[in-house]
Amino acid sequence: MIILTGNDLKTGVVVWWDGQNWSLHVENAVDVGDEADAIAAREEAARRVNVPYAIEATQTDDGPRPAHIKDRVRALGPTVRMDLTLKPNDPGAAEQVI
Amino acid sequence: MYQYDKYDQAMVDARVAEFREQAQRRLDGKLTEDQFKPLRLMNGLYLQLHAYMLRVAVPYGTLSSAQMHALADIATKYDRGYGHFTTRQNIQYNWIKLEDAADILADLAKVEMHAIQTSGNCIRNISSDHFAGASADELVDPRPYAELLRQWSSFHPEFMYLPRKFKIAVISSDTDRAAMRLHDIGINIVKNDAGEIGAAFYVGGGMGRTPMIAPLIREFVPLDQLVTYSEACLRVYNRYGRRDNKYKARIKILVHELGAEEYARQVEEEFAHLLDQGIEPPLAELERIKPYFADPAFEAGLPTQADESDPDFITWAHNNTNPHKAPGYTSAVISLKPVGGIPGDATAEQMHLMAQLAKEYSFDECRVMHTQNIVLPHVKIADLPALWRKLADAGLAAPNLDTIEDIIACPGLDYCSLANARSIPVSQQISERFAARGRTHELGQLKLKISGCINACGHHHAGHIGILGVDKKGTENYQLLLGGSEAEDVSLAKITGPGFDEPGIVDAVETVTDLYIAERQDGERFLDTYRRIGMAPFKEALYG
Repeated sequence: MIILTGNDLKTGVVVWWDGQNWSLHVENAVDVGDEADAIAAREEAARRVNVPYAIEATQTDDGPRPAHIKDRVRALGPTVRMDLTLKPNDPGAAEQVI
Repeated sequence: MYQYDKYDQAMVDARVAEFREQAQRRLDGKLTEDQFKPLRLMNGLYLQLHAYMLRVAVPYGTLSSAQMHALADIATKYDRGYGHFTTRQNIQYNWIKLEDAADILADLAKVEMHAIQTSGNCIRNISSDHFAGASADELVDPRPYAELLRQWSSFHPEFMYLPRKFKIAVISSDTDRAAMRLHDIGINIVKNDAGEIGAAFYVGGGMGRTPMIAPLIREFVPLDQLVTYSEACLRVYNRYGRRDNKYKARIKILVHELGAEEYARQVEEEFAHLLDQGIEPPLAELERIKPYFADPAFEAGLPTQADESDPDFITWAHNNTNPHKAPGYTSAVISLKPVGGIPGDATAEQMHLMAQLAKEYSFDECRVMHTQNIVLPHVKIADLPALWRKLADAGLAAPNLDTIEDIIACPGLDYCSLANARSIPVSQQISERFAARGRTHELGQLKLKISGCINACGHHHAGHIGILGVDKKGTENYQLLLGGSEAEDVSLAKITGPGFDEPGIVDAVETVTDLYIAERQDGERFLDTYRRIGMAPFKEALYG
């Protein structure tokens, strides 16, 4: 599957396209198929996202899993500061990134 | 410490106002990201893996207590309660909001700081010896010269669009604590046979994907020609440095391709031309700067021995101090490398404490080391036990300077959008393993440096042991390097062979240190043993 990600313009935080809006959680990302460029252009023009780009992912029971480790780290947060990630109470989250 | 004059302050204030407007235009949609990106980078604002990152310049690594307090306040008010001290003596904040960026720059300007020229193809923050003005072995304090060059290079219109970024280091001792010869220009302030003070210029060093040691270009440049010669070095580079390929655009490539002799000849030609132009600031300007770096009021007749009744204190004092030029004083290093910690990270509370201790014990001054620690440069030896106790209470008294626990690590894939692999977890595992086995001090001086990509922000080329994280078909892999040094015995590390996965690289480090212990002769550091016996035994131990 192809999913869209970028950063929030004001805060810089990582966001994922959920089909309607930009979500903080990669689990909400949807397959954009061949619409990636069109959605990215529209959303960036509206300043709802900054530097969006499409990535490959695989659908899992827990939701989309980005193909590249860099995007998996982006989806979680720094693996060395779990308190600052989106899953501060999940001790196994960092391992799932690798 | 240098203090801004009205021109410095006016320039920085004007830049804050300009950037505030630029950021607002971006937020309002009047600038696209492509238009805004070079503007934010000129003010040190990157877009990293998780958020905007702001890199703040710390000129030659020197901070007053007030400045350190201000950095702590920024961490609390605008970030997530911490900052990261870098291998270029700067500080980075990892969680900045664009809408706050101008306010942060305004807060920095109030304490005579900024983020200008911490990105882009310009002359970056000038680094120096973290023991400058304090060390017993220095010829003169190099910081007035670094400050003169800072003023020359700030907003220099000719050098704002160089082929690539440009880094300068200035020292003044035979001992190199600033990785001087791994900079684009390394300057050593020296004395010639006639007893005159001047500058030796080394040009064309650097790390990154093509590491090179800077060759000596000129043995002695008189002080009243320091800026002119620097300008000549930059002009030749600006004119002939490659712009067609960013990976071949650093000055080291130009110097290497021309040859040091031919590059030096061209610099001399340009230098002669520039001398006629009279661009050198009058020596009076250097003399105006010097008093800002005058020695503080050192007391005489102080004890030269501290109370050594506590063995833990003795270990710390033995490892984390450097001989001072004034009797009864020493320079104390605050390690930001607790076992299992994140190298270079400090919480706002720790920064406030370090600022307070600098005020209380070190004439209101501290320094950022390129090894990502903090120095209190002027501490009375008699005060060391009290200082140590306060540091220990705050978890800042790791006695591990220049040991295998004192690891340089770049932010790596945990934070950096350029990285291929994580650096910090590897450093954490190594420090934990060696600490747990009680081997840290048995190994003696052992500089281990980790980079998460080939850009080498973690100085892996200069590590006695270096580790380079690479992307191997989508997974993290780590190459091991041996034999580097950033010091006066400068050398570039060599790759041992095939890389390792994350657990494997930690094992590999243990393997090579085991061999060192088995092979070392009296007084040899790891680096000395490696240089004596060569790579082959280490390869044999690693790969069989």
